[in-house]
Amino acid sequence: MRKLSLFTGCLIPNRYPGIEKATMLVLERIGIKCSELKEAACCPAPGIYRSFDNITWLTLASRNLVLAEEKGTDILTICNGCFSSLMDANNILKTDAGLRNEVNAHLQKIGKEYRGTIEVRHIIEFLHTDIGVNKLGDAIEKPLEIRAAVHYGCHLLKPTRERKLGSAQFPVFFDELVETTGAKSVPYEGKTSCCGAGGGVRSAMLETSFKMTEYKLDRIQKAGVDCIIDACPFCHLQYDAGQIELEKSGKDYDIPVLHFTQLLGLALGFTPDELGLHLNEIVNLKFEEKIAQIQKWY
Amino acid sequence: MKNPDILTCFQCGTCHASCPSGKYTSLNIRKIVRDSVKKDVSDQPEIWMCTTCYDCQERCPRGIKVTDAVLALRSEAVKKGKILPVHRNVCNFLIETGQSIPLDDKHRDMRKKLGLRIDEASRKKAHKEVKALLGSTGFEELIKK
Repeated sequence: MRKLSLFTGCLIPNRYPGIEKATMLVLERIGIKCSELKEAACCPAPGIYRSFDNITWLTLASRNLVLAEEKGTDILTICNGCFSSLMDANNILKTDAGLRNEVNAHLQKIGKEYRGTIEVRHIIEFLHTDIGVNKLGDAIEKPLEIRAAVHYGCHLLKPTRERKLGSAQFPVFFDELVETTGAKSVPYEGKTSCCGAGGGVRSAMLETSFKMTEYKLDRIQKAGVDCIIDACPFCHLQYDAGQIELEKSGKDYDIPVLHFTQLLGLALGFTPDELGLHLNEIVNLKFEEKIAQIQKWY
Repeated sequence: MKNPDILTCFQCGTCHASCPSGKYTSLNIRKIVRDSVKKDVSDQPEIWMCTTCYDCQERCPRGIKVTDAVLALRSEAVKKGKILPVHRNVCNFLIETGQSIPLDDKHRDMRKKLGLRIDEASRKKAHKEVKALLGSTGFEELIKK
């Protein structure tokens, strides 16, 4: 297995540090060595920078890629936005010599050079492909008998031509991973639809973005689940903080939102507090009680 | 926008029917991409309503890179100084800190409670290099426009 450096991005360390903690705990527990990518900066966020100025987006992404090249490791992302920016930029720079030269002319000013020697991974596809559901299943100590609504998030899957992770309409790998924890991945209408946050829409048009979130949450609630499982802190923020916003228009969801690493952490026996679940906007005590019962049972 | 791909569009509307934002906003992805061939759409607020979910691009029967076209239209608008104030703020965060969502006191405290440290030296070096690159690519100038 190739060595990995963990790329945490901006949103996870600075808004949902529980996801960072959960990631470190679970990787260590299942025996994956992965040190943080030091001196990394913003990926940079695809929704804004990629649409603002292509060369700036590529140059900043390439700087992060070079940090991993210098360490001789691949990059492991835990955010769909970071995955999208770093993977797309890496693919473009590996294949387009003209852009690579242009980017390297900028990088030269800070004494760096992009060479194109590493790969960019996302923890969901990494765990599914490189560890596998059987091996991961063996590590589970507290099978979680709960019902989960899985949200892949757009940029984990799309554009499919670049991601090469199979169907974006009927994907299965993330559901399989969730089910290794003992949880049931419950089907719901509009499952692969957008959470509403991306493309700078959340920052520019908050209320509009919440209409898309409401569409999703209504259907997730109807499916009758204990929690939402995501793979991206931006979707996470949109579902978690979005529920509080939508309360103002009379909605009552109270559905806990967990990044997959937090769900996996629970199944490995870590407590909700160790995984930072209490730092979410939505803290559902009934859910935590259910988890405590399950963890005590085994 | 000069993009010969768009000329192969036969206006089937699959893109618009797939658009999650178009359900709630005035964004008609079929129309705006078509219009962009004939005229400048930099002033249209709709180019900023796309969440870049890629559903339109995935489903286009002609294989047109519809979402990528939106990104290109935004770049044209930005070159003309048409940047939404909130987006300008995010860009300024990057210029000032090296991160688009900087750490605040509330979350610094959360990290402490979780026993997570911040490598300030590492962040400082990252910021210095990012700032140099943003100057080199002309991004700082672009945002000031």
